[in-house]
Parts: sequence; structure tokens; C-alpha cells
Amino acid sequence: MTTLRMKNPAASRQPTRFNWLKIAVFLLALLPLARAAWIVLSGMAVNPVEFITRSTGTWTLSFLLITLAISPLRQLSGWSWPLRLRRMLGLYAFFYGSLHLTTYMWLDQFFDWGGMLHDIAKRPFITVGFAAMLLMTPLAITSTQGWMRRLKRNWGRLHRLVYPVAMLGVLHYWWLVKKDLTQPLLYGTALVFLLGWRLYRRWRQP
Amino acid sequence: MLIQKPADIAPSEITPEGVYFNRRQFMLGSAGLLLSGETLAALAGKKSPLSSADKPNSLKEITTYNNYYEFGTDKSEPALYAGSLKTRPWNVVVDGEVGKARSFGIEELLKQPLEERIYRLRCVEGWSMVIPWIGFPLASLLKQVAPTSRAKYVAFETLQRPAEMPGQRSRVLDWPYREGLRMDEAMHPLTILAVGLYNDVLPNQNGAPIRLVVPWKYGFKSIKSIVRIHLQEQMPATSWNMANAHEYGFYSNVNPEVDHPRWSQASERRIGEFLKRKTLPFNGYGDQVASLYRGMDLRRNF
Repeated sequence: MTTLRMKNPAASRQPTRFNWLKIAVFLLALLPLARAAWIVLSGMAVNPVEFITRSTGTWTLSFLLITLAISPLRQLSGWSWPLRLRRMLGLYAFFYGSLHLTTYMWLDQFFDWGGMLHDIAKRPFITVGFAAMLLMTPLAITSTQGWMRRLKRNWGRLHRLVYPVAMLGVLHYWWLVKKDLTQPLLYGTALVFLLGWRLYRRWRQP
Repeated sequence: MLIQKPADIAPSEITPEGVYFNRRQFMLGSAGLLLSGETLAALAGKKSPLSSADKPNSLKEITTYNNYYEFGTDKSEPALYAGSLKTRPWNVVVDGEVGKARSFGIEELLKQPLEERIYRLRCVEGWSMVIPWIGFPLASLLKQVAPTSRAKYVAFETLQRPAEMPGQRSRVLDWPYREGLRMDEAMHPLTILAVGLYNDVLPNQNGAPIRLVVPWKYGFKSIKSIVRIHLQEQMPATSWNMANAHEYGFYSNVNPEVDHPRWSQASERRIGEFLKRKTLPFNGYGDQVASLYRGMDLRRNF
């Protein structure tokens, strides 16, 4: 669609502005990865695997929360342009989540399948983290225009899975920390507000 | 005619032993001057047969990756904030079930016969390091106060000074930090009070000016910046056990068989290594300490 419009200079004004926005957000969203790569490659991280695991994990949660903030932002501000960024931000949540899972499977477990199955079955924080990734996968797969058309009304139903995904993600962080709950509390509070806003609107406008 | 192939030259033939063994002192000296701008008193410790042959971690790794919640819960925070701690004057009170209770000034403690002990340190979180401590056996200090027959346990306490220890302004743990050992563990020759590492005084983030090192137990047992040692008949309360008794026991011996409820303790990542290592029972010190726990169910007494 974009390419078609690009060929017609007369109609390209408005879409071009949005493309710039998309390109800017696309690049911005890669900054956490660039930062992590810089810290690891320059030798600043004493325990690089732990650092990569934490960094990709917290950025997965951040992108999930940013994605969930799009609708409230539109409703509160009346702007419609944030909606155009939602799919990309959601896909970035999946992207950082995949890096997080890969780090665990490769650099932590070295593909010890037995050990991983044991972890998933026995360690609740891994169980919920794994479940969140599993539930996020169909959302990433069906994020295309084609799947939106094919699934029709069910597409919206399916994508409500993002709510349990975010809840499981916060729970995963909550159950993982040793003592200091400050960070998980921050993510948890943001999630409560984002989901609470939706409940509030539903209750106010039946 | 037989042409002899020269034998491979061993690295020891190229670098004189003395230079090799002192390379860190040189590095540390320059680093210390750069960082502090003052002259730190270098400490010498006699080599010990109890030292591990494992290659020590770098000074940078040892001093920038610390769990010391008094200066923040992130492992990079102690190196950033521990500079505010004043370690002079410093006294360690040793009292309780002893014949000669008294207080030891840090100057006196630094004059004990010091040894270098290169020990493995295994954190309960699943990583490990090798650290060249300078210190002396805790037993030699305890003998000076003449423990009574009722001294069954030794309780330790860290300094509580929120003005200099920003982490103590939050309630993340019940301050002051407390730890404890059974008397036989405290008297064991492997158990030391460390006053330095890498031939210099302890950096603040590593528990200056004096800390406990018990190499066969998880790192949190090795309490830092000690101000009180109390001998007593009852098993003392310990900080992590008070915080979460389900996850942290009094003994906390390194044990690959007994998982932390939330993660496996079967393997560990040695800082600086890519692949994980198998964790050894008692952190590899089983030959020396396993007999202390003969007949005990270590699954229950975790």
C-alpha cells in the first residue's frame, strides 16, 4: 500500500509524514538492542548473559506496556496517529521477548531440553514467562493485514490475549526477584492503570 | 647427524616467577592511585596451602559486581555508592559467652599474621568467582577472647549507619545485616576474617574494613563490614532467613542437590566464562568440611 502511494507524488504528502514517524519509532525501538550490544561488546557487563537476559526481559515488558498505552492515549487525547504505531510496537514486544527466550534457551540452558522442561514444570516464574511467550506467538503471526481480513471479528477477540500476556509477564518478573520488588511494582502499577482504564470505560459506557 | 628439535619453551622460563606473581600488585597499585588519589596501604599475605589453584577473577570483576544491599540491590551499585562509608575509626566488639570480652581496633586486626587465601565464592544466585583474599583465621581471633563451654554459635552484625549506607534507608532487609555460624564452622581453618584482597586493603564495596569469608557456603553467609561478633548458646537469627525462611536456611552450604525453590543450584556461571560449570558439593571444599555435617539431613538443614 505504502509503495503504491509513494509512486503518486500528489497523494504522498500525508502518508509520507506518517512513514517518517514509523521509521523514527522503528529505529528508536532498536536503541535498547544497540545499547545492550554496546555494553556487552565493550566488556562493561561483568556477567553479560545475566545482563542480556534482564535487559531483553524488561524491554519486552516495556514494549507490551507501551503497546497497551496506545488506546488510552488515543481516547484521552483524541489523536489517531498513535494507532498506526501499535502493530509495530507490539511486534517489538514479541521481538525482545524472542531474544529473551533465546538467551534463556541458548546461553543459560545450552539447549538442555530436559532441564528446560523441568524448569517450565517446576518453577512457577518460568512457567508463566513461557506461557506469556506462547500466547504472544499467535498474536505476532496474525499481525498482518491478510490475517486481519481472514479472521474478521475473531481477530479482535484473539488479540485480547495481549491482556493475559502482559499480566503473566509482570507476574514472571514479580516471582523472579530475590527481595527488592521496586522494579516489578513499577511495571505492575503501570499495567493496573492501563487495564483499569479499560474497565472504567467499559463500566461507564455500557 | 642427529638434529635435535628444541623442546617447547615453558612460559615459566620466559617470565620470572617473581614478576609473574606480582603482576597484579603492579596493576592494583596503579589502579588504586588513580581511583583514590591517596596511597593505600598495601597488604602482604603469606601464601597458604588452603588456597585454590583456580585462576582468580580480575580486580575489576571482583569490585564492580557485588551484592551488598546496604549500598543498593543492583550489583553495580555498591561500587558506585560504597565510597561514602567511613572505615576509620573502626572497632569490632567480641562478646557474649566468652571469658575475655573486648573490642578490637581495626589497626590491631590488620596486624594479625595475614595470609593470602584464594577461594572460590559461589553466590546463591548461580554465579561464582575466585577471589584472592588477605586475612586471618576467625579461630585465631576467637581464641583471644576465650569462649566458654556455652558458646555454641557465633552471631555477626554489620555496621548500621544509614547516613553512609544509602540502602539502609529502605526496608529491603531488616537492618542491621546479621549472620551466624555454628561454633565448629567458625573455628574451622577455612573460615577467615578478610581485611584485604589482591594484596591491598578491602575496597568498601567488598565489605571493608573487615568481613567474614566462609568459602563452602553461599556468598550471603560471608557478612561484610563487621562491627560485632557475639558468642552465644542459641542459634542466631540471620538476615536472609528472616527475610524468607522458605528459601534461605541457617546453614546455606553450597549444595547442587538442593535447589533454591525458584532456580536450580546444580550448575553455576563462573564470571568471565561462557559455559556453565557443575556446582560442587560444599563448593568443592567437601574433603575439608563434609565431616562437620555427618549424620545431618542436608536437605532439611539447607
